Amino acid sequence: MSAITHARRKWTNTVMLGLCTAAAFAAIGVLALILGYVLFNGISYINFDFFTQLPRPAGESGGGVSNAIVGSLLTVGIAAAMGIPLGIGAGVFVAEMAGPRLGAVIRFTADVLTGVPSIVVGIVVYSWVVLRMGHFSALAAGIALAIIMLPIMARSSEEMLKLVPQSQREAALALGVTRWRTILSIVIPAARRGLITGGLLAVARAAGETAPLLFTALGNQFWSLSIAGKPIDALPLRIYQYGTGPYNQQHQQAWAAAFVLVTVVFCISLVSRLLLSRKG
Amino acid sequence: MQATASESPQTPGIVRLLRRARPGDVLFRVVVAIFGASVLVLAALMLWQLGFESRDSISAFGWGFLTGTKWDPVSRTFGAAPAIYGTLVSSIIAVVLAVPVSLGAAIYLSEMAPPWLRHPASFLVESLAAIPSVVFGLWGIYVLVPWIRSPVERVLGDRLGFLPLFTGPPFGVGMLAAGVILAIMILPIITAIARDSLLAVPSSQREAMLALGATKWEMISRAVLQYCRSGLVGAVLLGLGRALGETMAVTMVIGKTYDINTSLFAPASTAASQIASEFSEASFSLYTSALMELALILLGITLLVNVVARLLVWRIARSPEAIRE
Repeated sequence: MSAITHARRKWTNTVMLGLCTAAAFAAIGVLALILGYVLFNGISYINFDFFTQLPRPAGESGGGVSNAIVGSLLTVGIAAAMGIPLGIGAGVFVAEMAGPRLGAVIRFTADVLTGVPSIVVGIVVYSWVVLRMGHFSALAAGIALAIIMLPIMARSSEEMLKLVPQSQREAALALGVTRWRTILSIVIPAARRGLITGGLLAVARAAGETAPLLFTALGNQFWSLSIAGKPIDALPLRIYQYGTGPYNQQHQQAWAAAFVLVTVVFCISLVSRLLLSRKG
Repeated sequence: MQATASESPQTPGIVRLLRRARPGDVLFRVVVAIFGASVLVLAALMLWQLGFESRDSISAFGWGFLTGTKWDPVSRTFGAAPAIYGTLVSSIIAVVLAVPVSLGAAIYLSEMAPPWLRHPASFLVESLAAIPSVVFGLWGIYVLVPWIRSPVERVLGDRLGFLPLFTGPPFGVGMLAAGVILAIMILPIITAIARDSLLAVPSSQREAMLALGATKWEMISRAVLQYCRSGLVGAVLLGLGRALGETMAVTMVIGKTYDINTSLFAPASTAASQIASEFSEASFSLYTSALMELALILLGITLLVNVVARLLVWRIARSPEAIRE
């Protein structure tokens, strides 16, 4: 009897642990497969023109997505310029200034905001900015992406500021340094590596967002550096348009654009991981 | 607007500070308080804006909007039922497919993986969560959809065609494809959060169970999973929340048919995909307003799921003996 129970327990153990191992390899395998497919497929369509030329009319071969690359840099740049300082400020408030109850409310709201569908952010910014200004623009897209970055940035900077030892703050205050000086000159510099990491990850997230750009950036076949006056192109929008279009040439460019986007996102997350793990 | 909203909870503090503190501190405090309050203000304004923009639709259709099945700009009738149905069903498929795999993977990463594998594998999982949704969509169109059409739907139709879920011609694009791609997308998210919950279980729990002579699986299932089950449910709900609002990949593979169909092979729509594909065509204010109300419903559902999920995840993360790696 007990021998049978024992055998059954051992058997269950082996089977369940085996299943978990299989699940882990299946999960990583499927995702690595997709990643490999995108990278392998995309790199074969990358060429010099892809980075330097403008899109050609549909169906014509050749051309590139230089305007989309510049547009992505521009919109993500605008978003970072707004979202990162605002997010760090919110993180400072929660970590250094707010009482426990208000801090918890803001932290919780930020957590919940990270779960708001990005298309909803896009549609809200459309009615806030695009309708008021009368046209689609890099600014509207930047605001939408900044709204997506804000809660991510607020949460990560709060976590990073909390890692700074309390003794450093106390030492500064004991020397008669004011609170705000302590935070700006002691606490934030001490946490700078974590803050940079958080900023990089927020940028990576914003760079790949597509849904909020549909009704804010709109997309543009032509060269544009206008911030507030004209629709602007972006790499994720190109992937969407070309990927769902009928022309083979466009499909190839969509794969190439996906390659660029995934490479950028991966490099950013690798750099931020290295930044965090480096000692010192 | 921002200033008033942010100062009100702070007013007593500011008055107190003004009496004794330095002006620099007061100014700094006010500035970061505004930054902090921007998070709250943003959340409130987004809800308010969507509610305001959908007023036409709400007054035109009332509660009937939730049950209406027609989306017909010509006759000016709009109903959200097919979009809500599509959103829920595609997300349920995703969760059903993703949860066993991601929980298994999380258990492997936290309890079983050799130390040299743990960090690289965790890094890979977290990075995969950062792949843009439109890239999944592109892969979905050219690799997943053909594969779903044949063999998956062909085989399912042959073997299980007696079930209403698996009837009709195999299109490839449709509810099943959307569910599968969502499952793949939420896999790394659920895995990463579930792993964090598992790592928060104190090792004394494990040691006590092993000291009683339990096998490793008995230790995991009774001491570890039991201990952090609220965190695991939270992880699943966060994945669900992500699936509900996911737009691009779903729009690219679901086939855009505004219809309630029991067969998973049939093309469908979700709230997010309907907004993405119709918004630029909305030519009159009731049309736009109906799409705004759809966005409001979507926001409401995802907020609800996220609030519950966060509360559950917080409970495990803040438990007193929690150790964090």
